[in-house]
Amino acid sequence: MKLALREAMIGFRRAPMLSALSITTIAFSLFAFGLFSLVALNLREALRQVESRVEIRAFLADDASVESIADAMKVIGDYAEVARVEYVTQEQALERARTELKEFSDVFEAGFLPASVDVRLREGFRSPEQVADVAQRIRTFAFVDDVRFGAEWIQKLYTIRNVATAAGIILGLVFAGVAIIIISATIRMAVMARAREISIMRLVGATDGFIRQPFLIEGFVKGIMGGVLALGLTWFASLVISKYFVQTTFFETRFTLLGLLGGAVIGVLGSALSVGRQIRKVT
Amino acid sequence: MIRFTRVRKEYPRTGTALNDVTFSIAKGEFVFLTGPSGAGKSSILKLIYMDELPTHGEVWVSGTRSTGVKRKEISLLRRKLGVVFQDFRLLEDRSIEANVAFALDVIGTPADKIRTKVSRLLTQVGLASKATNLPRELSGGEQQRVAIARALANDPFVLVADEPTGNLDDRATRGVFQLLREINTAGTAVIMATHNLDLVKRHDFRVLEVNRGQIVFDSADEKGRVPEITP
Repeated sequence: MKLALREAMIGFRRAPMLSALSITTIAFSLFAFGLFSLVALNLREALRQVESRVEIRAFLADDASVESIADAMKVIGDYAEVARVEYVTQEQALERARTELKEFSDVFEAGFLPASVDVRLREGFRSPEQVADVAQRIRTFAFVDDVRFGAEWIQKLYTIRNVATAAGIILGLVFAGVAIIIISATIRMAVMARAREISIMRLVGATDGFIRQPFLIEGFVKGIMGGVLALGLTWFASLVISKYFVQTTFFETRFTLLGLLGGAVIGVLGSALSVGRQIRKVT
Repeated sequence: MIRFTRVRKEYPRTGTALNDVTFSIAKGEFVFLTGPSGAGKSSILKLIYMDELPTHGEVWVSGTRSTGVKRKEISLLRRKLGVVFQDFRLLEDRSIEANVAFALDVIGTPADKIRTKVSRLLTQVGLASKATNLPRELSGGEQQRVAIARALANDPFVLVADEPTGNLDDRATRGVFQLLREINTAGTAVIMATHNLDLVKRHDFRVLEVNRGQIVFDSADEKGRVPEITP
C-alpha cells in the first residue's frame, strides 16, 4: 500500500497537466451538479414557506351553536395532522377581507361573510392527499357549510418541487457520467506516462491488481480534490447570488461531505473502468 | 526445469517466429542462445518468462504449464525467474538502490528485509559504493549490473538474459559475463541470448542455435562436434 501511494504521487508529479485536467473535469461536473442542487434546495426552502401557509377553511352555517363549534374545534385540534385551529367570527372575516382587498372595502357589509374555522397543518402533513383527507373529515360536521383548501394549488406546488428534484438528480447523473468518461480517457495517457514502471512491475512478478492500485489511489485523490474545488466554486457562486440577487441557503455539512464522496466515487470509478484494459496493453 | 515441446509461435503481423521447437534445460545449466537477428531467440526467451504463449505446443517452466495458464500464475512464475535486457530497463528517476528495491517492494517484501537484501545484492554486483547514484551517472556495464542485481532480487532459479552485453564494450562485456558465471556457479541457471561469438567459442557451455524459427544446433545433442555457428 505504501508503495502504491508513492507510485500514485509519482503519477501526479510526472503528468501534472493531465492530473489538473482530470481534477478540473470532476470539479466542473460537480460544480454544475452543485449549482443545480443549490437551485433545487432554495426552491424547496421557498416552497416550504409557501406550504406553511396552506390552510383549510371550514365555513360555518349561520345557525351553528358556539358550544358545538368549540367541541368540534377540540376534536379537530386533536387530529395528528393539525397544528393550529382558529375560530374566525363574521366580524373578523369582514375585517380581514377589507384589509386584503382594500379597493373593495366599501362593498363588504356586516354579515356578508360567514364565520369559519381555519385549520393549519403540521409540517410533513401538507401533501395534497393529506390536506384533502383532513378537509373531508372536517366536512362531516353538521354545521359546516363548505370546506375550501385550494387543492389544485397544493398539487401544483408539489409538482414543481418534484420536477426540480428529479431534474437535479438526472442532470447530476449525466454530469457524473461525462466526468467518468473523461477520467477513463485520461487514464490511458496516465498509463502511458508510467509504461516503464508498469512493464518492470510486471517483469518482476507484480499482479495486475497491484499494478492497478496506484491508479485507483490517484483517481480517489483527484476525485476528492475535484470535489473540494467544486465545493469552493459552488460556495462562491452562492455568495455572489446572495449578494446581488436573492438570499440563498447553502448546503448542510452532511451534503457537502456527500459531494466530496461523490467526487471520490467518480474518480475511482473512472479509473477502475479503464485501467485494467490499459495496463494490459503495456508489455 | 524448462521444457519446450513442439512449440510453434505465430504473430498476427509478422507470421511464424518459431516452428516445432523442442528442447529442455536442466537445473543450474548455463546455455548460450545464438543465431542471427530475427531467428527467434527473443521469442524463445519471451516464451520462457511467459510474456508470450505458444500458438501450438507447450512450454513448461518450473511447474507452470503454458496451456491454460492464468495471468496470476504468470506473475507468480516471474517471481521465480530473473530477466535482463540489452537496454537495462532501469527507472531513470530513481537511485540504483531504489531500482533494486522496487523489485522487492512490488511483491510485498517487508521494508527491513528489503534494506538488507538490496545492500547484499549491490555488494554482489560490485556497486555498493554507488547505491545512491542515478542510473545515468553510471557506465553501461554498471547499469547492466544494476539490472542483474534487480533480476536476482527474488533469488530466481534461472536468469534469462536477452543480449545483456549487446550495448557494452569489451571490457564491460567481460565484467558482466564474469558476473553471470559467478551467478551460475552459485546454482542459478543462466540462459543468455547473444551475438558475441567470441564469448561463445571461448567457453565450454551448452549452445542452442536458432535459425529461421527452428533449433538448428544443440551442443548437448552433438557432443564432440565443433558447432557451426552462423554469425
